[in-house]
Amino acid sequence: MRVRIWIIGLLLIGFAGPAYADRRTDAKDQVEFGIAVAQRGLWKEATFRWEKAVEIDPGYAAAWNDLGIGYEQLGQFDQARKAYEKAQELDPDNTYIRNNYDLFREIYDRQNRRRDR
Amino acid sequence: MTVRTAAAIASLAAGLAMAGCSSFYEIAVETPIQAKIDVSAFQRVLVAGFLTGGAKTIDANTETARLLRSQLRSKQDMRVVDTDALSLVDEFDRRHGTIAKVASGPDAEPRIKTEKDLESYEQIFNDAEYWKQVGADYQGPLIVTGSIMFTEISKSAVVSVPTSSVNEQGMEEYRSTRTYSNMKGYALSPKFVFIDGRTGAQLYSESYHEETLYPSGQNTPALSSYFELMDKILPSFLNTLSSQKIRGSRVLLK
Repeated sequence: MRVRIWIIGLLLIGFAGPAYADRRTDAKDQVEFGIAVAQRGLWKEATFRWEKAVEIDPGYAAAWNDLGIGYEQLGQFDQARKAYEKAQELDPDNTYIRNNYDLFREIYDRQNRRRDR
Repeated sequence: MTVRTAAAIASLAAGLAMAGCSSFYEIAVETPIQAKIDVSAFQRVLVAGFLTGGAKTIDANTETARLLRSQLRSKQDMRVVDTDALSLVDEFDRRHGTIAKVASGPDAEPRIKTEKDLESYEQIFNDAEYWKQVGADYQGPLIVTGSIMFTEISKSAVVSVPTSSVNEQGMEEYRSTRTYSNMKGYALSPKFVFIDGRTGAQLYSESYHEETLYPSGQNTPALSSYFELMDKILPSFLNTLSSQKIRGSRVLLK
């Protein structure tokens, strides 16, 4: 019985591993394309690619970070905040993500103070 | 292949994998910030003048009006009305019949010395009839007015002072020592009030406070301190009327 459970477990890992790797590879392709177009100033296209990336692989912290930057650049601050916070939740020790978020928060808080007046 | 070679290859592969995971690209960004008020209904902007108080070393009314006018000319689309700054302190005193009691002229003591003095004068910003009348003279512009408190301050603050000493080997060593020092400088507290020149109604107001301190031995002209402090406030003031882009950089990750 125990042997059967082990075999089933190994089969599951065997099938799930490649599926996860495929998802990450597909998401990474979208992220890389997004970075390439962002570097040419095409932020709408870049943001669209990063949206795709997080749709394919919702656990991909780097994609959420890039999406936060994309939304910020398009002036969509509430969505940017959510994306940055998701990136931080997935990778809390990443200093790049934390720095990006801190810089964004300075602007975001300023904008919101203004709305409160 | 020896065990040592295998370990070296494995560590190289691990290193490359780590480098692959942490790919990052610094990118310049320009974050758009919306204007604080909608000024699309106005074709002109009038920097009317300011209630000023505190140090008498500078003419804060004239300097502020001149500075804001030049900034508005270059940083937004409305036509800036070219006129002398109104003396709101005189206007307020004239209405309340107190102008005869106080001395006037460049050497006279400022009538507003403290924030408390300023409070009563600030009623003038709520006088819709007065502002409507001012607006009528200039075809209903957006009126920029407010108050400027520019005061001398002195404080004791902790500063880092470089000190040298000779160590056991006879070598001279330098280090930074934190010590209390008397500092003096200026504080600038402007309040900008934006008024609809067609109705006299207040649209928006925003207050700021900035300070600058120098060692008490250093002689810094009041006017240069005033411009130094206004430089910090101007971006936010201009952002009231027009959208701005904040330049910075972010790190894209792969």
